[in-house]
Amino acid sequence: MLNVLQDETLNPVEPFLRTDRMPHIWCPGCGIGTTVNSFARALIESRVDLDSLALVSGIGCTGRVAGYVKLDSFHTTHGRAIPFATGLKMANPKLNVVVYSGDGDLSAIGGNHLIHAARRNMDLKVICVNNLIYAMTGGQTAPTTPGHATTSTNPYGTFEPAFNLPALVDAAGAVYVARWTTFHVRQLARSISEAFAKKGFSFIEVISPCPTLYQRRNKMGDGLDTMKYYKEKSKLKNGAPTGEVGLTLDGEIAVGKFVDRDRPDYQTMMRAQYVEALGERYIEVSGEAEPEMECTCG
Amino acid sequence: MKADPRGVLTGTHFIDGDHACCEGALAAGARFAAGYPITPSTEVVERFASRVPTVGGSFIQMEDELAASIALQGGVWGGAKAFTVTSGPGFSLMMEHIGYAVMTETPCVFVDVQRGGPSTGLPTLPAQADMMQARWGSHGDYEIIALCPNSPQECFDLTIQAFNFSEEFRVPVMFMMDEVVGHMTEKVVIPPADQIEVVPRKHTHKSIGDYLPYATNGDMVPEMAHAGEGFRFHVTGLTHDERGYPNMTPATQDKLVKRLQNKIRSAADRICLFEEDGLDQADVVVVSYGITSRVAQRAIDVARDRGLRVGKLRLITAWPFPDKKIAELAASVKAFVVPELNLGQMVREVERAAGGKARTFAVPHAGGGVHNPEEILNAIVEASRC
Amino acid sequence: MAKGRVSIVVERCKACGFCVEFCPTHVLALSSAFNSKGYHPPHVVHPEKCSGCDLCGMYCPDFAIYGTKAAEARKAAAEKTVGGEK
Repeated sequence: MLNVLQDETLNPVEPFLRTDRMPHIWCPGCGIGTTVNSFARALIESRVDLDSLALVSGIGCTGRVAGYVKLDSFHTTHGRAIPFATGLKMANPKLNVVVYSGDGDLSAIGGNHLIHAARRNMDLKVICVNNLIYAMTGGQTAPTTPGHATTSTNPYGTFEPAFNLPALVDAAGAVYVARWTTFHVRQLARSISEAFAKKGFSFIEVISPCPTLYQRRNKMGDGLDTMKYYKEKSKLKNGAPTGEVGLTLDGEIAVGKFVDRDRPDYQTMMRAQYVEALGERYIEVSGEAEPEMECTCG
Repeated sequence: MKADPRGVLTGTHFIDGDHACCEGALAAGARFAAGYPITPSTEVVERFASRVPTVGGSFIQMEDELAASIALQGGVWGGAKAFTVTSGPGFSLMMEHIGYAVMTETPCVFVDVQRGGPSTGLPTLPAQADMMQARWGSHGDYEIIALCPNSPQECFDLTIQAFNFSEEFRVPVMFMMDEVVGHMTEKVVIPPADQIEVVPRKHTHKSIGDYLPYATNGDMVPEMAHAGEGFRFHVTGLTHDERGYPNMTPATQDKLVKRLQNKIRSAADRICLFEEDGLDQADVVVVSYGITSRVAQRAIDVARDRGLRVGKLRLITAWPFPDKKIAELAASVKAFVVPELNLGQMVREVERAAGGKARTFAVPHAGGGVHNPEEILNAIVEASRC
Repeated sequence: MAKGRVSIVVERCKACGFCVEFCPTHVLALSSAFNSKGYHPPHVVHPEKCSGCDLCGMYCPDFAIYGTKAAEARKAAAEKTVGGEK
């Protein structure tokens, strides 16, 4: 017997969704929607002002998050969510800017932008949904695909070493680095809240199933099988050296908060430099619309 | 409305085109630029980096042109007028994001200080060989506006025009300088701010519940909102409907892409700026732009001294191409002479628009220097004989 | 009296099974009914065991289910049964 109640207003995630676009395009058992629940929880718990939040995504399955959240959201070009987000933040420092994108988008075509934003310690909160594959385009090898996996562009099995994303962004200068899986819904929400409380470049990797392509081609079952797999294989390793948290095809998945340090973010350093060099002559970017930006016609 | 005096360096200056372009951007209200160094354009952003922190804006040097060309658009959606500056190789890298600006209707300016190409080519020497690229360089069907200054003064004045067009039509404008105009030093007069007209952002007045980011109210240009104002809008490069939501059907595609095209084409009369002289009674019209127009002037003057009836049409707007003007002239002149620092780009447009009613004589140049006026004069003489 | 209740948005469900698996008190099972896309949504088999923890809601990738604490549910507007059995 179905217990059906269309009282969606009580669902905590509902106010964050563009309900006129539901149901979404993600496959059965895909974990991206699950990460959005954690994201919504984090927004509620950290009381972020939603009107001054902007979400930027790239291209790919995870890139579609921008289109489903009821926020100022930008679905940009492949790999370039981070520089777009940088521009948003530079023009309006009062914005809270989240980048929500996939592993291929952020670490392959977007790799250069990832490391430079981390180096600059740009105040961006990056949520990287890592399904170990290029899903949207049909399951090609990504820089995160572990060795000996089968993909559409490595039909005989991958042999390239994969990126260890936490190590990469840690080395580049990120101030907050964490990894969870879509099994760890509460921990993920907490990490996102912690990132909101911090200024600087935060990077949260979420390992997520792609049952249609990655899991299916590698005979790892469906989404549910993968969630149970994450539960079994995850090992909590808060504070672990990021060099040691690389992933393999069927090895342990180190999860936890690896890096949480403080260093001044880009705009803080920029401001300090200009104040020192220019003194009174420095006029900060206000982020307020200037009078000339308001249309005075009609 | 009038320019914000904080950004206007009123006075008489002796500066080069690159520097004048920067001042034009500031006078137009630009308060954000994202750039990447490339000869011969870098001075524009170097000056901007030095000027903009004192007028309430910011500059960031990004890690590559791919980043610069999209960061500036983030800046626009964050509320600023923004631009970037580059040359050939960087312009090539920026093509995808020019398309993104067209599709999302992001008002912004891309300055290309053209140099010899293809590839690394001649970094310190002029060419005008990116003209077709400015029009067609990105994929898909689209229209842009391109302006060609021919002096440092125009680098100031026309940069303001470029920003004004970009805001009015919500389209990226290509500012097609060349290395000579960029690096030549001349007198540039910057008037007081209250004598400079700037077009403000077409910001919506609708309430949050009523606003649709890509709905048009009678004209073909939607009203804009910025991130952080509570509108909760969505912007995507996918084919989208009036709500900004992806809607990938042939019907939506047809409606959207045609509107993006028509919003420019329908205003071509207003957008196509040119300078003309002696067109009545002309047998031959020299059509040129940028630095070549100054060399051509010499050839025109000598030809006129010899008694030839030569008209001058200097393109200030290269795109949209002034089809109507050329077609009109083609009915009454014998020939067009089109000198350019390339092996034949805008001449194709002249030929097309002339529709066979007048002949077209190209005066190509592979780049690296400017024409010898003799070459242009010879073409004028030959054209007069046909 | 159950401490919580589950609400299901039938048309969004893609029958991934996360909610059924991760409900700590095994309140749910996939039903034999279909939604209009042909998926079997979950249904409540042990309503008395529901604590309203909303883990089902946190896991659901399709925003198709959520749990609420009973007190809140009582405060909610008049119940509607929409969608019904198919």
